[in-house]
Amino acid sequence: MTDQTLGQRPHLTDKESTGVIDWSSGPRRFVMLYLPLSIFVLVLLFPFYWMAITAIKPNAELLDYKNNNPFWVKSPTLENINKLLFHTDYPQWLWTTMMVAVVATALSLFASVLAAYAIQRLKFKGSQYVGLAIYLAYLVPPSILFIPLATLIFQFGLFDSPLALILTYPTFLIPFCTWLLIGYFKSIPYELEECAMIDGATRLQTLRQITLPLAMPGLISAGIFAFTLSWNEFIYALAFIQSAEKKTVPVAVLTQLVEGDVYHWGSLMAGALLGSIPVAILYSFFVDYYVASMTGAVKE
Amino acid sequence: MAIAAAESRTVYKLEQNWLVRLFDNKTFLICICLFPAAALLLVFLSYPLGLGIWLAFTDTRIGRMGYFIGFENFESLWHDRVFITAVWNTLLYTGVATVGKFALGLWLALLLNNHLPFKSLLRALILVPWIVPTVLSAIAFWWIYDPQFSIISYVLVDVLGWRDTYIDFLGQPWPARWSLIAANIWRGIPFVAISLLAGLQTISPSLYEAAMLDGANAWQRFRHVTLPMLMPILAVVLTFSVLFTFTDFQLVYAITRGGPVNATHLMATLAFQRGIPGGQLGEGAAIAVAMIPFLVMATLFSYFGLARRKWQQGEDND
Repeated sequence: MTDQTLGQRPHLTDKESTGVIDWSSGPRRFVMLYLPLSIFVLVLLFPFYWMAITAIKPNAELLDYKNNNPFWVKSPTLENINKLLFHTDYPQWLWTTMMVAVVATALSLFASVLAAYAIQRLKFKGSQYVGLAIYLAYLVPPSILFIPLATLIFQFGLFDSPLALILTYPTFLIPFCTWLLIGYFKSIPYELEECAMIDGATRLQTLRQITLPLAMPGLISAGIFAFTLSWNEFIYALAFIQSAEKKTVPVAVLTQLVEGDVYHWGSLMAGALLGSIPVAILYSFFVDYYVASMTGAVKE
Repeated sequence: MAIAAAESRTVYKLEQNWLVRLFDNKTFLICICLFPAAALLLVFLSYPLGLGIWLAFTDTRIGRMGYFIGFENFESLWHDRVFITAVWNTLLYTGVATVGKFALGLWLALLLNNHLPFKSLLRALILVPWIVPTVLSAIAFWWIYDPQFSIISYVLVDVLGWRDTYIDFLGQPWPARWSLIAANIWRGIPFVAISLLAGLQTISPSLYEAAMLDGANAWQRFRHVTLPMLMPILAVVLTFSVLFTFTDFQLVYAITRGGPVNATHLMATLAFQRGIPGGQLGEGAAIAVAMIPFLVMATLFSYFGLARRKWQQGEDND
């Protein structure tokens, strides 16, 4: 049930497949299906188009709708991007965000694989309660944790250090990844592990040589999710990091690129766009894993 | 073959020193495996949760340990108009945005559940608003909602001529609230649509055939086949959606920071404002703790949603 449900559906005629509305005739199909669908796609993607076009607009065109068509750029410029990359700490922010996301993801994956293995494979008394506790941990939102966490971070001497983020992000990554991996381990036949153990492999050898390679797709999707979630995280990075150069991209774009009342929309949009690109690239490579595990996780 | 297998078995046996045997002890292994996750979650999740509840009953400020003051924080919040507005805003925001996301998301899922060209590309494109960091897309909305250069105003006034004046989206309480809700719906649609699409695809076509043979029309098929079959997954997605919309922080902080004049604060943004820049940790914690009853309700709802789902699918699917 975890993956591959999408797209595996038997082929049906249009009439059967809708089940809801008969869209047999051409014009009717256009009005009821293609038209609303195009509007959805247009509205969902428009802010990105707007971001991109603003990022390459010269200021003269940006603030003059009377003489320019705002939906198009007449003389595109790289000025905004140039300013962003060479006159701000933007590369530094990107690097920090990347590092925090990668390390937090690796740490969470390590902890989640072991936890999911213990819960799903080493069935013990109360393992389902541990599973339930993990599920409940996912339901505790960062918005109610950040104040006590801030005091904790301060006591540990981690305030204003990337380590504060690396250690706090797993609180929402581990529950999510464990949950996803439990489902994935469930789909791998236990007999394979039993065979290895009959051949004399220890449990750890079995985990490393049999279970993990088979669970690779699950690990990849958990990794992508964890990475995008860390990249997206905002409130902890806002509360625990103070120095401008140590901020993560989302926080820095919002707090450092806005100078007083004058908004440099061009570089702001360039900052937002460039900050979205790493996750967008990762996502485009693994989109099928992403969709499959997202829907799988919900259905679990 | 048999000999080789036997040999490899003896090799494994020889290698087994006390350390290896320890790692093969099930109880020890369970402890080892659960340790990293448990340690991180206990220190950075369970403990802070308890600490947060404790802080809510103290007058802690930044740099000063607080004293236990009982319900004083909650009593003063009860008379705090900004807090009452924030609670009201949070309920409005969650309610309207959830209805919007689910109505539009379900519609989109039903559209995508047809035979379409470039189906997987379409699915990938539709998910983009969901994967791009919230704050970064919120900044794009901030620009779209600009009072002077809003593209929406431009289209309404200069292109279509439906209005005479540009809209001040974020400068007044109600337009600001609707603007935030619209941005939240925009971001939530993809997740709802793709999840519900997965649910729709598990519904057997034979059910629709049977319904059609019995003479059910389109609406009846939707009402009596699609909706009941979709209910379990709908319950789960709904819980997550409500939970995360209710505790949303990023979108509001990025677009209005609670303004104009505290009119769009949600409980989370107000807790941040009072707790971190304001330094009133106790009061901020009290606002955060006030969200817990709502979250418990949502979680119970999820629990029963899941239980119902199990019951529908039979016992073996656990």
